[in-house]
Amino acid sequence: MPSREEERREFNVVKHGARKVDGVSLVTGRPKFTADMDLPDTLYVRILRSPHAHARIVEIDTSEAEAMPGVALVLTHKNTPTRRFTTAGQGYPEPSPYDTRMFDTKVRFVGDRVAAVAAESREIAEAAVKAIKVTYEELPAVLSIDAALAPDAPVIHDEDDSAGIYDAARNIVADVDIDVGDVEKGFAESDVIVETVCELQYAQHTPIEPHVVLSYLDPDGRLVLRTATQVPFHVRRIVAYALDYPLHNIRVIKPRIGGGFGTKQEILLEDIAALTTLRTRRPALIELTRPEEFVAARTRHPMRVRVKLGAKPDGTLHAMEMEAISNTGAYGSHGLTVLSNTGSKTLPLYNKAENVHFYGKAVYTNLPVAGAYRGYGATQGYFALETAMDELAEKLGLDPVELRRRNHIRAGETSPIFVKLGEGREGVEQIIKSCELERCIEIGMARIGWAEKRGKKIREGSWVHGLGMAVHMQGSGIPQIDMAAATIKMNEDGSFNLLVGATDIGTGSDTILGQIAAEVLGVPLEKIIVYSSDTDFTPFDVGAYASSTTYVSGMAVKRAAEKVRSQIVDVAAHVLDADPETLSLGDEGVHAPNGKSVSLAEVCHYAMYKSDQFQIAATASFVPEESPPPFVASFAEVAVDTETGFVKVVKFVTAVDCGTPINPVLAEGQMEGALANGIGYALTEEMLFSSRGRVRNPNLFDYKILGALDIPPIEVILVDSYEPTGPMGAKSIGEIGINAPIPTIANAIYDAVGIRLRRTPFTPERVLKAMRNKE
Amino acid sequence: MKIAVKINDVQREFSITPGETLLELLRREGYKGVKKGCETGDCGACAVLLDGRAVNSCLVLAAKVDGHTVVTVEGLEKNGELAPLQEAFLDTGAVQCGYCTPGMLIAATDLLAHNPDPSEEEIKEAISGNLCRCTGYVKQVEAIKLAVQRMRGGEDA
Repeated sequence: MPSREEERREFNVVKHGARKVDGVSLVTGRPKFTADMDLPDTLYVRILRSPHAHARIVEIDTSEAEAMPGVALVLTHKNTPTRRFTTAGQGYPEPSPYDTRMFDTKVRFVGDRVAAVAAESREIAEAAVKAIKVTYEELPAVLSIDAALAPDAPVIHDEDDSAGIYDAARNIVADVDIDVGDVEKGFAESDVIVETVCELQYAQHTPIEPHVVLSYLDPDGRLVLRTATQVPFHVRRIVAYALDYPLHNIRVIKPRIGGGFGTKQEILLEDIAALTTLRTRRPALIELTRPEEFVAARTRHPMRVRVKLGAKPDGTLHAMEMEAISNTGAYGSHGLTVLSNTGSKTLPLYNKAENVHFYGKAVYTNLPVAGAYRGYGATQGYFALETAMDELAEKLGLDPVELRRRNHIRAGETSPIFVKLGEGREGVEQIIKSCELERCIEIGMARIGWAEKRGKKIREGSWVHGLGMAVHMQGSGIPQIDMAAATIKMNEDGSFNLLVGATDIGTGSDTILGQIAAEVLGVPLEKIIVYSSDTDFTPFDVGAYASSTTYVSGMAVKRAAEKVRSQIVDVAAHVLDADPETLSLGDEGVHAPNGKSVSLAEVCHYAMYKSDQFQIAATASFVPEESPPPFVASFAEVAVDTETGFVKVVKFVTAVDCGTPINPVLAEGQMEGALANGIGYALTEEMLFSSRGRVRNPNLFDYKILGALDIPPIEVILVDSYEPTGPMGAKSIGEIGINAPIPTIANAIYDAVGIRLRRTPFTPERVLKAMRNKE
Repeated sequence: MKIAVKINDVQREFSITPGETLLELLRREGYKGVKKGCETGDCGACAVLLDGRAVNSCLVLAAKVDGHTVVTVEGLEKNGELAPLQEAFLDTGAVQCGYCTPGMLIAATDLLAHNPDPSEEEIKEAISGNLCRCTGYVKQVEAIKLAVQRMRGGEDA
């Protein structure tokens, strides 16, 4: 086992901003995405969706649609499997309830599935969808958290065959309640107390590629699902279960996909495509349109989060309470785990508090279905927690930076929350082994000009400037649950095939996993041929979620590469007639201390053709025992127009400790993208609903995600640390950035104009109203 | 009806159906680099050069391009060599999922053809109709600047 200092050596491939291994094919527009493959006789599938938020299907008449020329198949609740499952692509058994049917006799939100038509063309399929006659019995709809929890609320899941719902009769999907110490006593012993309630809106992932799947039978009659997913192995398992079809007859391939952000951690179309192909023996293509993506894909869980903090006069936190009420929409996908993460990914950050209480509920409503979304509950929790911290600092007369410094977790420390609260169950004990949050804070302060500009309320006409900050942590994978595996085999020119179940959703994971393998094997990245996410050809991996790929899949790759390295050394020892212990790998060869060398190509030739032949290859798996958090300190300068309420972000600075950045350019890209998404979430993005639960702005014109002109100057500083449990010292970076913008901007707005915004997004209307109320 | 179009320097003829968009025609004919993101002109993933200017092909009827010239992302490579913009996108990490990349490259190609020395603001404006959810645009702007610098360096040399 090399010592930490040895591991800290200069890397040859890792920690370099290598070009993405799939980059050339992407800049030249090669047909690499799901819908880029044309197959003869492909059926085009369109879905009939509910016009009502809550209704029973009394009658459904498909005869006219079925009789239309060019219609091959119509699917409804009458001719499809009725087994309930969850659409959430999580490890088995999924912590989400089995409350979803392919097609149900009841619809629970505007956009819910009613029927599907497979036809020779999109036009015919669309016409046939319109020809289906449905008689609904409308039911009273539940359109808010409060309505869901009202004593006489309509019951959304009144069926008797769902499983895993905490209290269906009260519309409660999940309930969490954990305690550390005695929080009531803790508040009684506190000298200063603040309490704040923050509310977050319905928001959408909006990947530029909407959900899409192409299914077909291979020449041997096996079902192939080529699909835009983050979780190919979960897709295979869940489709096999939902359709009661043998898993071994299903192959799932994830080609390049056009962004995920959580919404593709979900089985939204694959079951319909699979059944269409199995029934018709023909390929089937389902592409969501942009309006469907808004209505019927997934959203972030809107939440109301209350935080109460009690502190000693020196600013040491003594008691913390967080209550979260989460709206999971019509189905319970990720309801429990997003809720628990709201506490588990935020509260350990301030581990000085001896008394902590986290509790909450996730409730059903007749609104679009929430699911996994980058940040996964932590984003919601940090809005309230970091707003409360700002309020507490003010009440204590402390600099907000100083308050964080006195309370944040450090290397060598732990938090009781780690054990008490995991993802939908108890967590695991862990001691923080790497944390450079202090340096992140220091660097961030300098870059934003904290000392010079904070509290100065600099005016420019009607605009007033302000500075805000916040700190954050996330995790790296789900400990003792997430498993990743990697296989490496050697070729006789000294190259290697790296086969990983890990799912590159644009993050560059194929590239960084290749870099890790190349580093161990002493070859340039070009000698690693990466193939990923194909359930027939790559070993298992849970997929791209929970900030797991670099840490969990990365360790699997490192271990596989080390096994292969040791096989190479054994063969080389024969060739060189040397003691294997004395040999070293590098520059595509194996080197003995006496100066003799053998190239990797020669080693593989020897192993394949000379004597005691065998394939140099290995498979390795990794399950993390802990989930080391990355850390971020974020700083914003905003300008608020006191005449219009418009908030302009002047500059956004984040310093991040993600351990060793395996590829610094891609790591920065993860942060920049998450920040841009988060700034949109803070300022402009909001799904709006009619009084009957219909999405009013299901398009990219009325739902405003930021464009190039809207993005403020973003500065990302990677602050190296070394995580001893991670591959080459790495931790995660995929999600953490999105937590930063909302509280950081909210705190900056307070610094500028003295108003606390507790409801996102911070639109000019809300800002202006708050300023008027203050006056 | 039949139309004649020069696509990526090749003269082609197609039978089209009334109401078919240029996006649908191009994807049907195998130009899969042209991406579909919204079909309403909001995202820019389907951008192509029509007579040298970037347009959203989802908003152009195929019938309208009869007798005109179209360049898709597949046409940016010349003689097997990547264009400077493509190289710069790779070098700066401007490509993440790559779904908006073709449209972004088309918009940037249009910009540099008409303004070889754009300011940062002009770069941002040129790609403001191309939505990207992965990058935050930081590295795309950087990539276009790098391409400009390299193209100027090439001229100077």
